[in-house]
Amino acid sequence: MEVFIEVKGLTYVYGKGTAGERQALSGIDLSVSRGEFLAVIGPNGSGKSTLARLINALLLPDEGNVLVNGLNTLREECRWEIRRQVGMVFQNPDNQIVSALVEEDVAFGPENLGLPPDEVRERVDEALSLAGLAEHRRRPPHLLSGGLKIRLAVAGVLAMRPSCILLDEPTSMLDPRGRRSLMKTLARLNREEGITVLLVTHFMEEAAQAGRVLVLDRGRIALCGSPREVFFREDEVLRLGLDLPAAASLARRLKRRGLPVPDGILTVTDMVNFLCR
Amino acid sequence: MPVITGRQGGRSDGPAVKVENLTYIYSPGTPFEFAALEEISLEIMAGELYAVAGATGSGKSTLVQHFNGLLKPSAGRVSVLGLDTADRRVRSSLWREVGLVFQQPEQQVFAETIFDEVAFGPKNMGLSAQEVEERVCESLTRSGLNPAEVRDISPFALSGGQRRRVAIAGVLAMRPQVLVMDEPTAGLDPSGRRAVFDIIEGLRRERGVTVILVTHDMEEVARVATRMAVLCRGRLLKEGEPREVFTCLSEIREAGLDLPAAAAMMRALSEAGKPVRTDILTLDEAVEEIAGMIRK
Repeated sequence: MEVFIEVKGLTYVYGKGTAGERQALSGIDLSVSRGEFLAVIGPNGSGKSTLARLINALLLPDEGNVLVNGLNTLREECRWEIRRQVGMVFQNPDNQIVSALVEEDVAFGPENLGLPPDEVRERVDEALSLAGLAEHRRRPPHLLSGGLKIRLAVAGVLAMRPSCILLDEPTSMLDPRGRRSLMKTLARLNREEGITVLLVTHFMEEAAQAGRVLVLDRGRIALCGSPREVFFREDEVLRLGLDLPAAASLARRLKRRGLPVPDGILTVTDMVNFLCR
Repeated sequence: MPVITGRQGGRSDGPAVKVENLTYIYSPGTPFEFAALEEISLEIMAGELYAVAGATGSGKSTLVQHFNGLLKPSAGRVSVLGLDTADRRVRSSLWREVGLVFQQPEQQVFAETIFDEVAFGPKNMGLSAQEVEERVCESLTRSGLNPAEVRDISPFALSGGQRRRVAIAGVLAMRPQVLVMDEPTAGLDPSGRRAVFDIIEGLRRERGVTVILVTHDMEEVARVATRMAVLCRGRLLKEGEPREVFTCLSEIREAGLDLPAAAAMMRALSEAGKPVRTDILTLDEAVEEIAGMIRK
């Protein structure tokens, strides 16, 4: 597998040299292949958002390196290209809205690339439809609900046709349907378009749908592996203040009651299949 | 059926909140005119933990912003603790009695120290320095922060989750009888979410506070709510106890919501022909039911 993101010995300190100095990441090594779907979980303050910002060159390493498609974020002349290849969706979508109409907001990026109007139009249509916003295209963004604003941010990123989408807790303000539909969209973009997805999330059910899960704790990698491998380490996950996906939690409780439940149950479907076998 | 503790408690002497035929229209008379709420009627009893669920844009936040007079009905009436929220003369008592914790309240934190942040409301009420001190300490403690440790530090030195506790403490320091929380756990990690519910449960148990919880998280609703309202495109689609509401699958789907995981699991088992109950709300209940099923 071709490596797309390479993080080596990455350390980042907030407020360096001040009284409030805080080491957010300590010696992280991580490599993400092109086309992977990686979920990043961890308690509040574990360094998830910091890692995302370092990958997008919004922050620069205090030690170590971040390479995106071979481009080093420390090199100023690479940063524009890095941010085009890695589109970022932030926690708070209000900070990402620039225009007075939804479709203009989505067109902002492609227009800035200097693309011809037809191509801009095509990209905007595609991005709006992928993000489930087609019917809202003529509305002013500030009148959209919180959930729709996040989809607008996703559409704005998609219109740039990035190789990778980096989402920092995009679903924390979404309703269940919005969350499900965003997860489906991400899965489809990953599977069909080959887009690398990095998803920072607090929802264990979402992490369970990723190809690989990275667990951060106080700026270090606590666990990393497939969802099954990570959530198999139940005690460690719970000790970090995280949870198990509901079905895994149910399996754990059934096991404790002495019932013969197999390892590796992660989803409701897994559980139903086991019980109905 | 296992007994669910902590659901009752508090006083129950009539409605804390009464909503009658409430309609609210944003930007009336403009091209963006939009009816966010249409003819909503409901009552929330004192001491309840009442959940308001619905998709984004369903009108949840609009509804609860009527509860402290932040919005005024376009039609209909909202009264809280017997006060008509549209009446300007009761505004200051409303703001005192009804605490509103907004979405992402940590973004509204502004003071230089945590003490000043939490003391802002009580000071504005004209309370004595000693009373302010007492309230700040109590609210911080309730919110899971140690007053002695944090009082002099900047709220901006805290993580987002801790800063949210400070913001909640600031509202609690007003000692509201009715506490409205709009998505209080969004963006928090699982232990942060549990901490918020510990705060809520403490307030209900010890002070009988009526809590209105706006949320997308059906697990939360299933676990803690006494009753719930389901809003869909500005209308009240369903109201009742969670156990009853979550058996109405078509309404839940129509509203863009989900069943709690335990309920979804039991329904899937039932559809696969297993003889299990489907009015299951929590994982603990599901464990009992499945254990019973396996043993049969």
